[in-house]
Amino acid sequence: MSTISLTKASATMARRGTWHRLLHAPLALTALILLFLIVLATLAAPLLTPYDPNVGILADALATPGPNHWLGADSAGRDIFARLLFGGRVTLGAAALALTVATVVGVLTGLFAGFYGKWFDVFSEWTTSLVMALPTIMLLLAVRAAVGNILWISMVVLGLHLAPGFHRLTRTIVVGVRHELYVDAARVSGLSDVRIVLRHVLAAVRAPIIINAALTAVVAIGVQSGLEFLGLANTQIASWGTMLNEAMVNLYVAPALMLWPGIALGIVNVALILFGNGLRDALEDRPAAQGGKKRTTAAALAAAAAQDSEGERVSALVPDAVLRVEGLRIGYPSADGISTVVHGVDLAVRPGEVLGLVGESGSGKTQTAWSVLDLLPREAMILGGSITIDGQDRAKLPAGRRRALLGNTLAYIPQEPMSNLDPSFTVGQQLTLPLRHTMGMSRGEAKAKALALLERVGIADPERTFNSYPHQISGGMAQRVLIAGAVSCEPKVLVADEPTTALDVTVQAEVLDLLRSLQQERGMAILLVTHNFGVVADICDRVAVMQHGRIVETGDVAEIFAAPQHPYTRMLLGSLLHEREPRTRLVDSEQPLEASV
Amino acid sequence: MIHYVARRLGAGVLLVITASFVVYLLMLVNSAHIAQTLLGPDATPDLVARKSVELGLDKPGIVQYWNWLSHAVRGDLGNSWNDGESVGFLILNRIPVTLSIAIGTIVVSVAVSLVIGMAAGVRRGVLDRIVQVISVGGLVFPGFWLALVLVVFIAINLGILPATGYTPFTQDPAGWFLSLVLPVFSLALGAVAGLSQQIRSATIATLEKDYIRTLRSRGLPEWLVLLRHVLRNAAPPTLTIVSLNFIGLMSGAVMIEQIFALPGIGSLAVTSTTSGDIPVVMGTVIIAVIIVVLVNIAVDLVNGWLNPKVRLS
Repeated sequence: MSTISLTKASATMARRGTWHRLLHAPLALTALILLFLIVLATLAAPLLTPYDPNVGILADALATPGPNHWLGADSAGRDIFARLLFGGRVTLGAAALALTVATVVGVLTGLFAGFYGKWFDVFSEWTTSLVMALPTIMLLLAVRAAVGNILWISMVVLGLHLAPGFHRLTRTIVVGVRHELYVDAARVSGLSDVRIVLRHVLAAVRAPIIINAALTAVVAIGVQSGLEFLGLANTQIASWGTMLNEAMVNLYVAPALMLWPGIALGIVNVALILFGNGLRDALEDRPAAQGGKKRTTAAALAAAAAQDSEGERVSALVPDAVLRVEGLRIGYPSADGISTVVHGVDLAVRPGEVLGLVGESGSGKTQTAWSVLDLLPREAMILGGSITIDGQDRAKLPAGRRRALLGNTLAYIPQEPMSNLDPSFTVGQQLTLPLRHTMGMSRGEAKAKALALLERVGIADPERTFNSYPHQISGGMAQRVLIAGAVSCEPKVLVADEPTTALDVTVQAEVLDLLRSLQQERGMAILLVTHNFGVVADICDRVAVMQHGRIVETGDVAEIFAAPQHPYTRMLLGSLLHEREPRTRLVDSEQPLEASV
Repeated sequence: MIHYVARRLGAGVLLVITASFVVYLLMLVNSAHIAQTLLGPDATPDLVARKSVELGLDKPGIVQYWNWLSHAVRGDLGNSWNDGESVGFLILNRIPVTLSIAIGTIVVSVAVSLVIGMAAGVRRGVLDRIVQVISVGGLVFPGFWLALVLVVFIAINLGILPATGYTPFTQDPAGWFLSLVLPVFSLALGAVAGLSQQIRSATIATLEKDYIRTLRSRGLPEWLVLLRHVLRNAAPPTLTIVSLNFIGLMSGAVMIEQIFALPGIGSLAVTSTTSGDIPVVMGTVIIAVIIVVLVNIAVDLVNGWLNPKVRLS
């Protein structure tokens, strides 16, 4: 029972949320009110104008705008303002009919196909592609040739022709929602399919359908007035399309005739598009989950900065560092100002040293790693601090030089191997491009080097992997490929962000061994981001412990393991010891623990 | 690969046949008035009846359709009921006009959308706002209304470009180009509106991918990352929109050909439907559907080729 009431509550919340957000999207709301006023004006046409839209006063033919005819008169002396108002009824009414047919047919078939699938899904998909392959106007011309000039039939056919858009949209969303837990829960608790569809599924598809309807209405209005414009409708009854047809006939005599119906169409279309876009934006701008980020206002930010500057500069104790981070602060824009995720981090990595940056997820360690690489997401802001790489303060370098530091000075090994290879290019293409660009190698040299690298990182058949696409290799191989790519341009500092987290346990140990041997062979420094003290013990010389965007403890690995000072460090170490045996012992039995030397 | 193409072509043929069947039956809903329309209002019932028999309109619909189809598959689309001209010949004469407009519009809109859509997705800020405005502005006025405005201002008032008419490429390439400028512009604006928006969001989505960060970390210059990796990965969804646009263009061409007095498939469709000239109507609809089906298959093939997962399986 509680499940049902919960899902009910969340559905109601979603529903209220949509309208609530719409009310707070001024553009969409204005557009909606404008549409409403236009419809109202066409309905109240007899009150607003004394003229008959379809009967002209010949003496007034092509009259210019004035007190008698506010917008002038057409070639038959019919009042343009009256024709606009009365014509709006025809144009908007016809479009509304087509839109209603399209929505009802598209949504119902979409719901059915998405919810029940099976043969109906196959059949409707086929019908959809058939209908969509027919050019709209040609279909309507054929309909007109068949049944004559009957507006409502044309509009019903137009509606059927526009229905596939709604069908596909609804079907896609329903298929996505069908297996959601709350729908399952509702089904288990014995709700009938009809009620599930009404309560849960419709709630999910409603907003996208309204948005699609607004844009489809623009199409329907365009096609409808287009048909009339071609002179294929009853030209005796005023509508915006027939007015344009009349304007086309008099194009050389009175070009201004096309202005007013064009403006009327334009205003309605703008309102519809802005309504659709406004609603879409209102839905997309849902407040994102804040996660572990801490919100701070500008005042708090300044306070934090003052506090940070008081702290001891760890980096000052390491004069020969190849990578030095001082007072680094990173923030993201949030609903109430800036939320700071990194509060004044200091780090220093000596040449050939492996520094572990340890902390739980959300502690800001990946943000720190990305800022070292100058590859933070676009929204991120560096609020303060400096990053010095190989003696150069990066903030002082021009943009081109900053990118040039990457590859042969700084390199990066990401966490998730599969998503970090471009699926559209082969492993070989992705390995050789940097070699050719950064190292200036020829195609042949780059290929030879890439193959040697693949062999070095322990790939059994380098030639085959070289010609493979990312989806054809395993996660462990992909991580080896990424390591090969990272070391390919012989960097001085390697930034490795959880390089083993996404891998199987057996592969993890192999990849760590590989990293350690590469590090010793090349004398690289490594900044290793991890949440795992086992990895730290395995490979790191020194460790920095990070919590809530701050470094809480730094020291040699042996010291920290022996006597952790900060309670958070003790907690992290404790969880390691409780959960499982540190993997270092396994490795230890085979070879000495080089990392702690 | 060959198997895939064959299957897609097979499905396409089935689609064309079904579409022709639907339209044929539609045309026959009111077949009684066709002979009357052809002969004019003064024709006696006797004459109308004889004309109906002559055209085969007295036979059951399915028989008439079969007759049409069995000739059509052999490439014989019949003769116009209006003037007896070969439908195949009529269409062959007019297809270059419509294809010039459609392909011209696609080329222009893709080129423009690529530049402004990618620029907006990459640089955001003011440029992004401009693209947003274009994407709304391009949809505000129907293409045919825009065409009217262009005719009045550019062709009539300024006299820069020809207002109406078509010059075949073989006759005068420069004149051909000039006669296409206004029609293509009026159709392209709406296409650019949708396409630039699509390219913008595909660019933004691709830029957020993990592999883009990794490629940048290799020290590749930004232009190379954009032109090689972002463009390649943003292409498939964009191409799908292009193929949808093409269907819309077949409709748009009907309007535009009417306004600019271009002798294409669209204007043929308008004249033949008003006179109930079934063979010509069928010819124009079928050729339009065939073009749409071919474009869709081509886009699917290119998309498959762009996506290694599809290409290699």
